[in-house]
Amino acid sequence: MAFDIKGILTPFSALNQGTKPPHTVRYPKEQKETAHRYRGLHYNDLDECIGCGTCSTICQNQAIDMIQLEGYETTNGDSGLRPRVDNGRCCWCALCVDVCPTGSLNLTTDYIYVTDDPDSFLWIPGVDNAKEGNNKLSWQSAEGKPLVDYQRVPMKELDGKERVKSFAEVVLGYNEEEARKEAERCLACGICTDICPVHMHIPEYINAIARGEDEEAVRIIYDNNPLGETCGKVCTRRCETTCAVNHRGEPIAIRWLKEYVTSKVENSELIKEILNPEIAEANGHSVGIIGAGPSGLTAGYYLALKGFDVTIYEAKDHAGGMIMYGIPKYRLPLDSLDKQVEYMKSIGVKIKYNTMVGKDISFNELKEKHEAVMIGIGFEVPYSLGLKGEEAEGSIQAVNFLREINSGRHVDIGNKVVVIGGGNVAIDAARVSRRLGAEVTILYRRRVQDMPADWEEIEGAEHEDVIIKPQAIPLEVISDENGKVKAIKYANAEMVPDEKGGRPRPKIIEGDEHIMEVTAVIGAIGQEADYSFLPEDIKEQIEISRGRIVVDKETQATALPWLFACGDIANRQADAISAIADGYRAVKGIEKLLLKK
Amino acid sequence: MREKETTLYLGPQHPGITGNMMVKLKVAGDTIVKAETHIGYLHRAFEKLMEQRTWTQSFPIVCRICVPEPDPNEENLARAIEEIEGREVPERAKYIRVIVLELARLASYQLWMGGQSGSMGLYTMPQWTVGDRDYILDLFEELTGGRVYHMYIWAGGVRRDLPEGFADKVLKVMDYLESRLPDYDRLLFENALFHKRAKGVGVIPKEKAIEWGVVGAPLRGCGIKHDVRIDEPYEVYDKLDFVVPTHEGGDVWSRAMVRRQEIEQSISIIRQAIEKMPGGDYYNKIPNPLTWRVPKGEAYVKTESARGEFGYYVVSDGSEKPRRVHVRGPAYVHGISLLEEVLKGANIADVSFIMNSLGTCPPEMER
Repeated sequence: MAFDIKGILTPFSALNQGTKPPHTVRYPKEQKETAHRYRGLHYNDLDECIGCGTCSTICQNQAIDMIQLEGYETTNGDSGLRPRVDNGRCCWCALCVDVCPTGSLNLTTDYIYVTDDPDSFLWIPGVDNAKEGNNKLSWQSAEGKPLVDYQRVPMKELDGKERVKSFAEVVLGYNEEEARKEAERCLACGICTDICPVHMHIPEYINAIARGEDEEAVRIIYDNNPLGETCGKVCTRRCETTCAVNHRGEPIAIRWLKEYVTSKVENSELIKEILNPEIAEANGHSVGIIGAGPSGLTAGYYLALKGFDVTIYEAKDHAGGMIMYGIPKYRLPLDSLDKQVEYMKSIGVKIKYNTMVGKDISFNELKEKHEAVMIGIGFEVPYSLGLKGEEAEGSIQAVNFLREINSGRHVDIGNKVVVIGGGNVAIDAARVSRRLGAEVTILYRRRVQDMPADWEEIEGAEHEDVIIKPQAIPLEVISDENGKVKAIKYANAEMVPDEKGGRPRPKIIEGDEHIMEVTAVIGAIGQEADYSFLPEDIKEQIEISRGRIVVDKETQATALPWLFACGDIANRQADAISAIADGYRAVKGIEKLLLKK
Repeated sequence: MREKETTLYLGPQHPGITGNMMVKLKVAGDTIVKAETHIGYLHRAFEKLMEQRTWTQSFPIVCRICVPEPDPNEENLARAIEEIEGREVPERAKYIRVIVLELARLASYQLWMGGQSGSMGLYTMPQWTVGDRDYILDLFEELTGGRVYHMYIWAGGVRRDLPEGFADKVLKVMDYLESRLPDYDRLLFENALFHKRAKGVGVIPKEKAIEWGVVGAPLRGCGIKHDVRIDEPYEVYDKLDFVVPTHEGGDVWSRAMVRRQEIEQSISIIRQAIEKMPGGDYYNKIPNPLTWRVPKGEAYVKTESARGEFGYYVVSDGSEKPRRVHVRGPAYVHGISLLEEVLKGANIADVSFIMNSLGTCPPEMER
């Protein structure tokens, strides 16, 4: 090869680089300003975090554990757990941040962490950098597109104008595609399971729906709730309120998904075919249940599966209790309820209709016949409004009104109705009245946001042109010369802070009184139980406090070990799912009592 | 006189080896008679791990298959999923991906220049190129939040949009890198020592190159024009104007010349992409990553990485997790079978020099 003088000399031009400042190593001589999006050490806003554990689930390095932190209790909607990151495993991919449903977990610009203690690789974000972390947030889930789907698949409903023409079901239900899409949003964190009174296996059945395994979902639902379809239509769904996705978006439509998958099963034979229940051999023990409401049916179903001889005594000619007679048919159609009850009967639950305990059969007789008795009679006796003129013709009680309508009978309410109350019963009465062709106004003492009714029900009522008049206190029912309701007198109220620190109270504005002409007044301010069927000695032996029978929280047993109480008479939630939960617990109590399990 | 043959173990811990692998050399004097490549020091079972992870969880895994240039891995997995699922990628995301991939190529070539020079004892070059590479890593840090592992390209687009003023910063770095090229030339590419060491060394015969499955710069260094970006354009490479340099000879020198020219092409591609990049969305969001099921199907996708054609064969059985992800990195050929052939007759001192020029990368061989 020729002598290449140029090739030998040119590399020496590198020497002139010696005058330039070096740019390779900056730290620690020169502090580096970290980029705005830098993925450094974690920081967790501990109060914002609900301990859903989704960060831990998505972590592909299994670097995140959920641990119990001092000062953070397990409450409704908060597992009380907080993430702990193993910095030896973490790869700072920040998937945990992008998937965090509350947005509490973020990364910071801090990236240097020196320690001689190998155990301190375990880092609790928000505790170990409690002071400085919050000011150094860098990679945040708020930036970019979150991995969680915050938008719910909308539910199709009948139009408000169309609805009031009949008692057709308002909610049209998801179709398969919609259900799959909605089910796929679930993060399966299980926060909902804790708050569900029955602790239904919510993530499991939603995941089954997402996978397209609808029958499996039905089996999972029936594992601890034999009235899944009812709950799918009318549950008060505290699960959705606590849903992790609810923090920054719309919660998973847990109720509608349950509705989708259960109502898809067309008849009771199909339910039986899908569930293929294992019915234990008769164990020779007999249980009597008073009332075929949700708690009675639930207890009856699971007891029958376990080989007990179960008889439910129902005063009316139809099973279901409040879900049959209290809930309007546009929410829970009759054939849906019948299907569920039919299935229960097919596995051995005996229901004696038109058998009122205390009238058709005495309580003592029942006690003789059965080794254990469960009471699930519900609250059927309405509170009176306590208004002057309340006894007028046309002044009725919502529960009675709904019962009559649900039984297929006619109630004359005229064309202008006022409903008093703000709970679900009031809304039901109002919406039923609209379907009977009346103009409806709801008078409620407090503000709309204080109404105990389900917000979806309130919205539904509004769509049906029900007028809601909040902060209105009824004063008197005015009747005409024939003793028929003519008008209602009410006063507007202002909200004043409660002296005892409770929620704000309504206070009548002096002189702001009005008279509204009406053809019917429907009271819906609550109900209580009728214990008159219970013999005095029994009443003395059990404890009744504020209208409710005091029971053991684990077994639903009363002070008398053979007597159990469930549903509205035993819990304050007064909804179907709590009654179902009671019934489910009572099964365990009865098993414990009779089988010594 | 015939010299006595001895066996020499080079690696797995050796500064001249490009990662944890070992070459067992049979040498006569300082001439290699036979070379045997041994891998297995770095196996982390990436492919198998992915079968236990959801689709989204696989993205932080694939980038680890190549440290100097992780992005083609993300690109491949993303594109394979998109192909199986039929997921649309927004136009803007495609441009961003091209910018990221070309930045990665540049960063990778910076390391290569350092390694190539370092393996012949020219240590000034790595000082420069590693330092200059840092400017690219700064860009990555700002764009993706990570300097080395980006986890930025994923199915449906990219994770975040460009930060404000980012394009200008990229252009500034491009201008700087371009201004450095004459320095690199003077120090390395025009260096008589390099000429002497590189020419005629590590020759891949042109007629054997395709048969042996050589790709990337080593193939183009044999005078064969093959580049996935041109032959089967992906993303928006068909909308950008660039040439694929080739060089005759098949030796270390030819490969160096190809890469040297590609640096200029990459800078040009990045400038064009920034100019042509439309506004709009950057990510076509996937459903819930925990339950996301990619429909049944399979796809083989390839990306032109700095080391050559990088393929991924991805199979979905319709579940939340990949059924199979097969990684076919260029180093699998270059670093195992090709290296054994090329090292025959080479000098011991040239082993790491040749390895560098072939772009061997053990994590790619052991997935």
